[in-house]
Amino acid sequence: MENMISILIVDDEESVRESLNSWFAEDGYSVKCAENAKTALSILEGRRFDIILADLKMPGMDGLEMLRRIKSMDKDAIVIVMTAFATVDTAVKSLKDGAFDYVTKPFDPDDLSHLIRNASQQIILTRENETLKSRVDSLTSVEDLIGKSEGIQTVLREIESVAPTNSSVIITGESGTGKELVARAIHANSQRKFYPMVSVHCGALTESLLESELFGHEKGAFTGALYNRKGRFEMADSGTIFLDEIATISTKMQIELLRVLETKSFVRVGGNKEISSDFRVICATNKDLKKMVEEGTFREDLYYRLNVMNIHVPPLRERKDDIPLLVNYFISKYCTSMNKPLLTIEPAALKRMLDYPFPGNIRELENMIERAIVVGNSKRIMLKDLPFNKELIDSDVESLEDFEKAFVLQILNKYNWNISRTAQALKVDRVTLYNKIKKYGLKD
Amino acid sequence: MIHQDIILVPCGHFEKRFLETIARRVGFEFNCPVNTVEVRIELGDAYDPGRRQYNADKLLKALSSLVLANNSSKIIGLFDVDLFIPILTYIFGQAQLSGRYAIASAYRLKNERYGMKSDDVLLQERFIKEVIHELGHTMGLVHCYNPVCVMRSGTYLEDIDQKGSTRCYACRKITQVL
Ligand SMILES: [Zn+2]
Ligand SMILES: [Zn+2]
Repeated sequence: MENMISILIVDDEESVRESLNSWFAEDGYSVKCAENAKTALSILEGRRFDIILADLKMPGMDGLEMLRRIKSMDKDAIVIVMTAFATVDTAVKSLKDGAFDYVTKPFDPDDLSHLIRNASQQIILTRENETLKSRVDSLTSVEDLIGKSEGIQTVLREIESVAPTNSSVIITGESGTGKELVARAIHANSQRKFYPMVSVHCGALTESLLESELFGHEKGAFTGALYNRKGRFEMADSGTIFLDEIATISTKMQIELLRVLETKSFVRVGGNKEISSDFRVICATNKDLKKMVEEGTFREDLYYRLNVMNIHVPPLRERKDDIPLLVNYFISKYCTSMNKPLLTIEPAALKRMLDYPFPGNIRELENMIERAIVVGNSKRIMLKDLPFNKELIDSDVESLEDFEKAFVLQILNKYNWNISRTAQALKVDRVTLYNKIKKYGLKD
Repeated sequence: MIHQDIILVPCGHFEKRFLETIARRVGFEFNCPVNTVEVRIELGDAYDPGRRQYNADKLLKALSSLVLANNSSKIIGLFDVDLFIPILTYIFGQAQLSGRYAIASAYRLKNERYGMKSDDVLLQERFIKEVIHELGHTMGLVHCYNPVCVMRSGTYLEDIDQKGSTRCYACRKITQVL
């Protein structure tokens, strides 16, 4: 199997190598063993392993030194350090040197499978990111539209089919879902890509300002109009105009906009010359325009003119599968721009994000990651770096049951779903904890 | 599938009816003859006083040194002691992947170890799953992701209770080919 995850075990004790070897072989991993650091490094020169499970204390070169060398050869290598109880301090040090995690010998079988599962997830993510990159390369400039979920893949397919046409498009979706990115992707993949895409945020402007913004104005058209100014429609000539928050424009503007769309020409405010412009229009809204048409607050003729094609961008909570990818993407985006070494994310922090509904969608997630990179001071984004602390009090939990559910979940997340540790923390036995997990449907 | 048979080697206090049920169910699952052979294995050699547990690797070695039946038999030792391997705090059983020998213990499958009421029916069901699981490994099967397949890996009792006692279609297919 080419997708098989490979594990290299480095330990000087034969019994440890043998036990782990058979344990992982039963799990279907491809396993190789080395009895010391030197052998391990020479094996690693010949081929790459997804996970390296290394003992800290070995005669000759110790695990820590080996870790450093492995990391300098391959910074993406996932190294898990094994340690006896007495050397936990050194193990913690190893995290600073880039170890993925550490385990204390002998380990709980459940801890071991958890650890390997976490590491595997990371590996699969990296692999997916790579294939995704190559796949989406056929669509240019959609790099911020990340995801493997059905929802986002549908959006990408729709962009692909809509882009080459000249039709107007309405992009719907909650705020923060990335509607402008979709518009940019459509533009970048259209024949208009060598001309500008001009954005107008309709909701931010008063009626008269919007008018002069869209159509431009002549010198002296109103107080403050000191120069002739080109409007956005004019600037978008041969390109695309993106009208965000289209639902906010006044009835008067709706009429004017309709006229412009029909004639592709307009007059600057305070002017008298007819100016024509060849543009494609893409709108976005988080409102239900159809309903507004029924209620009479949005013109039906304008609606049909704009809504030749519709692309709906799903909210993040409907495509949670994409959260890990997005997290990785924004981490690399902000680490690069802040000139920091690439961080990873603590599994508990990621798990917490997966459970969070993200009312502010991708924008909220992006802000969260950016902030965590600024405030965090380890090599990993930790749960404490994320703004989730006041959760129980702030959330809409009212009943004791809801509270228990939320609380159990919080503690599970805190201990990274380690059942033994969570049960210990909650001071209940494991069976009770399992029953709660089952009762509240916490495990998906 | 090549013709083969399975030998159960009980090394502990198991009731005759209990063993008979296991033999019947194992035979039914793998569609082959199952024999029970009483042999004495010296448990003391595998005992680790520091951990107060029994070293599964050593028990497996002891089992494999027995001269039993023909070369194609799969042999599983049935124990009632707390098993460990050096790197793990405990295990339910251990097998040679694509080999001949396996062991399984009922010790940690008992409700009373977890502060619950003892339940013989449940214990028997768990033990059958564990025995079939380890035998599956000797036939070359690795862990399966099918939630009801007996080859699903389980590190807790709850995992064992959730899965079924037979191989899923895919695992059965693989066993036929191997
Ligand atoms: Zn197994
Ligand atoms: Zn299966």
